[in-house]
Amino acid sequence: MSTGDRRRDRVLSRLVQAAFLIAVLTLWHLATTKWGVSRLLLPNPARVYDELKDVLRSGEFVGDLRITLTEVAVAFVLSSVGGVALGFLLSRSPYLVRVFEPLLAAIYSVPIILFLPLYVLFFGLGPASKIALGATISFFPIVLNTIAGFSTVERVHVVAARSMGASDFQLFRWVLLPGALPVILAGLRMGFIVALLSILGSETIASLAGLGHRIVHLAEAMDTARMFAYIAFVVAIAASLNVIVTMLEVRGRR
Amino acid sequence: MRSQDVAVRIRDVSHQFGEEGEAHYVNALLGTSLDIARGELLCLIGPSGCGKSTLLNIIGGLLIPTAGTVHVGVTPVRGPLPRDIAFVFQENALFPWSTVNENVMLGMMFQGVPRAEREERARKSLTAVGLAEFAHHYPGQLSGGMRQRAALARALSLETGILLMDEPFGALDEQTRMILGEDLSVLLARTDKTIVFVTHSLGEAVFLADRVAVFSARPGTIKEIITVDEPHPRKPDFVTTEKFGALRNRLYTLLHDEIRKAVSESAGRGGAVGDGGAANGAAPPAPRSTRE
Repeated sequence: MSTGDRRRDRVLSRLVQAAFLIAVLTLWHLATTKWGVSRLLLPNPARVYDELKDVLRSGEFVGDLRITLTEVAVAFVLSSVGGVALGFLLSRSPYLVRVFEPLLAAIYSVPIILFLPLYVLFFGLGPASKIALGATISFFPIVLNTIAGFSTVERVHVVAARSMGASDFQLFRWVLLPGALPVILAGLRMGFIVALLSILGSETIASLAGLGHRIVHLAEAMDTARMFAYIAFVVAIAASLNVIVTMLEVRGRR
Repeated sequence: MRSQDVAVRIRDVSHQFGEEGEAHYVNALLGTSLDIARGELLCLIGPSGCGKSTLLNIIGGLLIPTAGTVHVGVTPVRGPLPRDIAFVFQENALFPWSTVNENVMLGMMFQGVPRAEREERARKSLTAVGLAEFAHHYPGQLSGGMRQRAALARALSLETGILLMDEPFGALDEQTRMILGEDLSVLLARTDKTIVFVTHSLGEAVFLADRVAVFSARPGTIKEIITVDEPHPRKPDFVTTEKFGALRNRLYTLLHDEIRKAVSESAGRGGAVGDGGAANGAAPPAPRSTRE
């Protein structure tokens, strides 16, 4: 395929994507104006847009956004520090890896969100229970990828470094860490995303504040237009965070 | 050989992997003694799994033998000696996340070369192997032959008296291998390094070596040492001489029986075993590399 063909191909797929979005918005609009779907359940897209402008202009989202982002940040710091440290320590011993890797992988497949009621009992309705849940859920992909990352470091690289006189710290800093980094970074990105998703989700279930809480609150008040505006806002925030984290991961690999 | 001319003294070195009776037990090396002269290029050649790489790793302090001693000069080897010994491994021992230049500099940093000196020495060694223009390439961007040149540059920059090369051209095609061999001979003629070079290739051994140590089948030990009396740098047409042919044939004859033994040992489990008798009864189910 020539470069011209490839560019035309890319432009074409962008056009199809745009057309798809326009079609969804058009159907949404038709559903509320022509097909008689209740405006209480599905507000008109134009009204949602007006509400979104109002949310952004009034700045009322700032408090909830700050709470949610703080919860995500604290949870992610806890799980990444704990996950990378424990993953590294386990990876030092093949025996520990044999014992704990399957165990951690098994726990990872448990839907940890089921423990939310327990976390609420332990930590209350405030941010602490969201942080605990987000940290628990994001811990597993991080620790598992850290173990995998350190196990993929080529033996010959370790032997070569040792033969040249590398100290333990030098071996870690210049051989083990860069060798494991791509896989660890992928784990950190996954961990961040699941922390964000689980915290938003748990805010909608049991919370006092935060973006998830706000959305449920608006739904219960049947203020669906504003609720949709908040959902769009959260989607935009989540998408931008995802883009930022992916960019950081690509940069970190270099 | 006078004692001050001996760079490496190997005495009664034996090595076993695992414990006798265990499934993965391998009696790799048996009672090997050898003096390696200062400034010579010694090739180790032998059938697969005969313990030649094991011996190389023992000399380099990467492996502690189950019996026997190795001295570098007057120092007993009990671990890596980065100031005295540098390694070139078979392949892919360069760090792929660093450029060629960074790889060379890192080696010197590990070894403890002062920062100011590293750059100069990296440039010098990369120029020596003909890679000066590729200093800022990543290993993945180079051919296999160029990667091995870079690995050689990293080892040269360490300025050790001893260079241990573990089948450094083993993964390369015949032509690349020939050119690298010729370049290596030229390069090493200018230094007074002591070099131990493990190879499978008879031609490579005769072309490069001052002496060739031929190993017996497992448990490996040195069966015979052949001297190649030809000055360095060796000219490419050395290969076409009668002398080269005769030495190569001599090696072939010596090795042929050992390779037969090694193959029948690994294939004919349960059947009669050529040599070693009961001692080999617990050999592993497949020919294993003894490289650690």
